[in-house]
Amino acid sequence: MHGIRQIGRIATATVFLLLAMAAHAATDRLVITGSSTIAPLAAEMAKRFEKQNPGIRIDVQSGGSSRGVADARSGLADIGMASRSLKDGEKDLTPHTIAMDGVGIILHKSNSIGALSDEQIKAIYRGQIKNWKEVGGKDLPVTVVNKAEGRSTLELFLHYTGLKNSEIRAQMVIGDNEQGIKSVAANPGAIGYVSIGTAEYDENHGTLIKLIPLHGVAATVANVKDGKFPLSRPLNLVTRGVPAGLAKRFVDFAKSGAVNDLVQAQFFVPLAH
Amino acid sequence: MIWSRPSFLSRWPTDRWLAPGLGVAAAGAGLILLLVLVFLLREAAPLLGSHAAIGFLLDAGWYPLEGQFGMLPMVVASLAAALGALLLAAPLGIVSAIFLNFSAPPGVAHLYRMIVALLAGIPSVVFGLWGLTVLVPLIARWQPPGASLLAAILILALMILPTVALTSASALAAVPKSLLHGAAALGLTQQGTILRVALPAARGGIINGVLLAGARALGETMAVLMVAGNVVQYPGGLLDPVRVLTANIALEMAYASGAHRAGLFASGLLLTLAVMLLAWLAIRASHGGRHD
Repeated sequence: MHGIRQIGRIATATVFLLLAMAAHAATDRLVITGSSTIAPLAAEMAKRFEKQNPGIRIDVQSGGSSRGVADARSGLADIGMASRSLKDGEKDLTPHTIAMDGVGIILHKSNSIGALSDEQIKAIYRGQIKNWKEVGGKDLPVTVVNKAEGRSTLELFLHYTGLKNSEIRAQMVIGDNEQGIKSVAANPGAIGYVSIGTAEYDENHGTLIKLIPLHGVAATVANVKDGKFPLSRPLNLVTRGVPAGLAKRFVDFAKSGAVNDLVQAQFFVPLAH
Repeated sequence: MIWSRPSFLSRWPTDRWLAPGLGVAAAGAGLILLLVLVFLLREAAPLLGSHAAIGFLLDAGWYPLEGQFGMLPMVVASLAAALGALLLAAPLGIVSAIFLNFSAPPGVAHLYRMIVALLAGIPSVVFGLWGLTVLVPLIARWQPPGASLLAAILILALMILPTVALTSASALAAVPKSLLHGAAALGLTQQGTILRVALPAARGGIINGVLLAGARALGETMAVLMVAGNVVQYPGGLLDPVRVLTANIALEMAYASGAHRAGLFASGLLLTLAVMLLAWLAIRASHGGRHD
């Protein structure tokens, strides 16, 4: 019986401690909402920030870039997330670019095609071009590799090409970037698109793929970082005016080199040195 | 005899708690199944309750972000892949079980059993990796794109073969020796003994194993996701890429929200019901076998 009473005492103390912590945390709370592309990255950053600053709680909710902009403007969120540049009508908000997202078109290494125009890429993904000889390559059927619904890479690719996902006639649908790279490397007639960071690394380490340039701009991490590569976009945290207090501390943290590994783990391109 | 007494009459206080304790634990295990079903239903409810109540079976395609939730092609693909794998694995597994029980010298049988058991223990993702890097390019060289229903069937057959072989082997081993001795006494050939006596007697256990293997094939995710191509369409032939229900969930769940998410839960519900149906059939089959 003595033991049970002691357990009861410990449990009571724990509950009080938790309550005290919750009450404390409520005062140091940051709400971040917006783009589902950035949300996983922001959540990782938030986790690390919380660990380094005990007592602070950061709540990351996804719901699209438009929600991020709207929430930051209305004050529902301290920080919004937008996976695009701000439009002209949104100049009342301040963007803080934390990373770049770039998508590169990849072919099998043995494919003789050196570059494709936007029109050719569209025709291939619509299923109108079925053989590489139609664009000046070898007599080899095209295998179109598409991304599964909901992925930000797919969203960026659709936005760039102006295609709808239901228009695409794919022979293969893949999930993550590595699976896409392995699928293309295993099939001489394949074409796919993946995050540039992953593809560039694999290409340089002997995987049988090649990134092709778009509009004459080589698909490299450096060109994505500069914003020169056409199939890329900035990942922004947006605030109303200049951030202050906790929001400023988190924005500075997210832009610093201390989170580069987190940015790369999500296959984005970090900007800080 | 004290053990057969109801435990609440027992002299020991621990025994008094044993029966209710065991009951609670058992009820918990049963309750989990119920909770899973309730959870799936609740999460899928937004879709099931909306206009798409039947649409999620009949829509033209699976484009959840464009409001189309046609799941029937994936149901068909799941069934086709599992059935194809069973057609390959069941005969092979049963034949190897017969070999194990009737023909193999003890040393070989022991080694063989060990190899099959090891095969059963290989993680599915390893099969998938092998399929992606060896099998799919091999098929692609013959008939691109390579990632296809055929690749899925071959990988699944490899994965469920040990299940079929081991369950069939133990079903055959459980055939009463008196039956076999009787067959021998009647002067039956070994072929006659196996085909006319042992296999019919072990039928329930074998069917049970085949159905369980089928359930495993239906539920397998990672390996199929890596080799099947994952294009949502009715399989027109063995070389067409297909997407199975499990792969659909694994591919899209991490990035789904709203109706899209509900759609994925609906496909999970469909899959659970299919597997439960198979399990129920398996239980019935094994009961039938015991009473024969």
